[in-house]
Amino acid sequence: MSLLELDGVKVHFPIKRGVLFDRTVGHVYAVDGVSLKVEAGQTYGLVGESGCGKTTLGRSVLRLVDITEGSVVLDGTDLAKLPGEELRRFRRRLQMVFQDPLGSLNPRQNIESILSEGMVAHGIGKNQEERREKIKSILDKVGLPSNALSRYPHEFSGGQRQRIGIARALVLEPDVIICDEPVSALDVSVQAQVINLLDELQEELGLTYVVIAHDLAVVRHISDTIGVMYLGSLVEEAPSDALYAEPKHPYTKALMSAVPVPDPEVEDKRERILLTGDLPSPANPPSGCRFHTRCPWAQAQRCSTERPELRDVGGGHRVACHFAEEIAAGTVKRTAGEVVSATREGVEDAPVSEELAAAKVPEQAGPPEQESTKAEAVGTAAKVEKADKAVEAAEQAEKLVKAEKPDEPAEQDVEPAEQDVEPADKAT
Amino acid sequence: MSVATKTDKIQRLAELAATKETSTGASLWREAFRRLKRSKMAIIGAIIIGLFIVLAIVGPYIAPYSPTAQTWRDEVFANRGEFVGMRGENWFGLDHLGRDMFSRFLVGARQTLLVGVVATLIGLTIGFLIGGLAGAFATLGGETGRRIDSVIMRFIDIMLAMPSLLLAVSIAAVMGQSLTTVMIAVGVVQIPIFARLLRGSMLAQGSADYVLAAQSLGVRKRRIVLSQIVPNSLSPVIVQATLSLATAIIEAAALSYLGLGNPDPAIPEWGVMLTQAQRFFDNAPMMAVYPAVGIIITALGFTLLGEAMREALDPKLRG
Repeated sequence: MSLLELDGVKVHFPIKRGVLFDRTVGHVYAVDGVSLKVEAGQTYGLVGESGCGKTTLGRSVLRLVDITEGSVVLDGTDLAKLPGEELRRFRRRLQMVFQDPLGSLNPRQNIESILSEGMVAHGIGKNQEERREKIKSILDKVGLPSNALSRYPHEFSGGQRQRIGIARALVLEPDVIICDEPVSALDVSVQAQVINLLDELQEELGLTYVVIAHDLAVVRHISDTIGVMYLGSLVEEAPSDALYAEPKHPYTKALMSAVPVPDPEVEDKRERILLTGDLPSPANPPSGCRFHTRCPWAQAQRCSTERPELRDVGGGHRVACHFAEEIAAGTVKRTAGEVVSATREGVEDAPVSEELAAAKVPEQAGPPEQESTKAEAVGTAAKVEKADKAVEAAEQAEKLVKAEKPDEPAEQDVEPAEQDVEPADKAT
Repeated sequence: MSVATKTDKIQRLAELAATKETSTGASLWREAFRRLKRSKMAIIGAIIIGLFIVLAIVGPYIAPYSPTAQTWRDEVFANRGEFVGMRGENWFGLDHLGRDMFSRFLVGARQTLLVGVVATLIGLTIGFLIGGLAGAFATLGGETGRRIDSVIMRFIDIMLAMPSLLLAVSIAAVMGQSLTTVMIAVGVVQIPIFARLLRGSMLAQGSADYVLAAQSLGVRKRRIVLSQIVPNSLSPVIVQATLSLATAIIEAAALSYLGLGNPDPAIPEWGVMLTQAQRFFDNAPMMAVYPAVGIIITALGFTLLGEAMREALDPKLRG
């Protein structure tokens, strides 16, 4: 049996209107029937665009929002049915790391006070001294100096604040930690540090994570299983590698096609699926398949009338699409949407010629003189223009490569504060 | 970053680290106080308020003459009510009954301060309790809590709907004429202001991530309200209290002016003095100027301090 099981979880927020007395005029279907299982010691990644309900789902697991229907079972206990005081005690086993590291720390409490708040609430540690010892050991685990205790959140850098947030969750020794966009508010260089910290802590303490993110690269890096959400429900769920290797749901396909590939050769030929229209309002979701209004492969009848269930298509790969196999086999034709080349205009019409081939490896796209001599050697004036385009292409490819690798040295001077502070603190 | 500033920074950080073990870190309150000390506005305001308080304490003792005795009554009456202006023995001149205006001004400061402070305290305390309760119910009370909050707030709205002076006049009329009545009347008018302010501030804080974090930690609701939400909602209330002291003094003066203040006109209070001067404004304008200037300067002092505190407590507002 899995450690954490969600079964048909629905979170509907009533829309109220009225002059004197509020009447419920409708519901926002923020989470609309999500079932998933998280195994102990594993990481479950939840991805989806903003407004798809992934944060609400994360909060409903801790019952920070009321669950309209369904069950959240942790280790045999259904949280959705726990009464107030028992729920409060049970929250010790489920903790959360928030997106905004500064906003999630009370600005008027110092670090010791923030970290001992939960311990006091659950009666961990007999006295102040005992709690302080525990806090110090946790601070050490997350890579913060012990003199951080008496300082206030605003005195730390973004990365350090997120470490404090993680430490706050850890002091209660929870079974599951829900990370709601744990790194999206951080600089790229710090993102990698925090992700690695989460990884190390998982190995050391055997933690189970549910990571909510919109950054596909982040989720891929730390997740064992990934669930893709669209408009309040899961559309696809698969082991991390399987999902990235072969996305089966049209929505996942479109998402994946938006990620640039750090290989200029592949990048040039890569195609993007452009989705038409906006995310429909969760207060008035489309009938049938939630995605049929934007799906490039939407079929005439079934898609708009019958809501597809999440079904296993082999190898733990679950998809909520009536035509997943047909689309994979190519027997179903695209009916809408647009597939365009991923590379930008002006670059794509440069023919794959000698110049481009030379420019493909970024290091060789050297100073302009070198390029122009090369062009002269080839001959015609028209080709000089092409050479310029080739340089452009190389530069763009280079940019893309950099964007993909956040921990590349080029980004390192973004956050010197944190790197400076830490050695100075350790000196004491 | 240049090498010089970098080494400078490292050195500074090293020093900082060396002292950190003993230092306690800078809390937001302490930082706000530091900013306040640097503000010219705050210093001027504090000096004015300080002088006013000193005046209120020592005023009755340093007054050269009795503020109530009609010492120069015959002189004033002999002149058929002519105003006697500044002169050697009476710095501010005499009033219509032959009393020394300077002594009355000094003694009046105490009454004025008392009215301002007590009225504001009444408004602050009751407003704080009502607003805090409403805010606590609205943020953490769930569906029932929100209903209780909306009942409380409709009640506050009713209070707000009445013009403040009219409300004060009706309270004063019901309770009879006394200084306590003035304090209560002015205080009651402030209640909805403080209540709304605290509740609004608590609602804003209630949806903050750190409150959610405290909930997910399993902290008890009462503790979340008292140690997380309320301390972070205090800044605007503190500022409003300072500003209210100024308006309370002016409102008390207005009530006195309308004849609802101190029943014994012999006891000087700036507002009362202003009222009395009204009848003689044509030939004795200075009689009104002294208490009026007193009220204006005091109100200015509190306003300056209040504005400076607003900036110190919330540096983001600084334009």
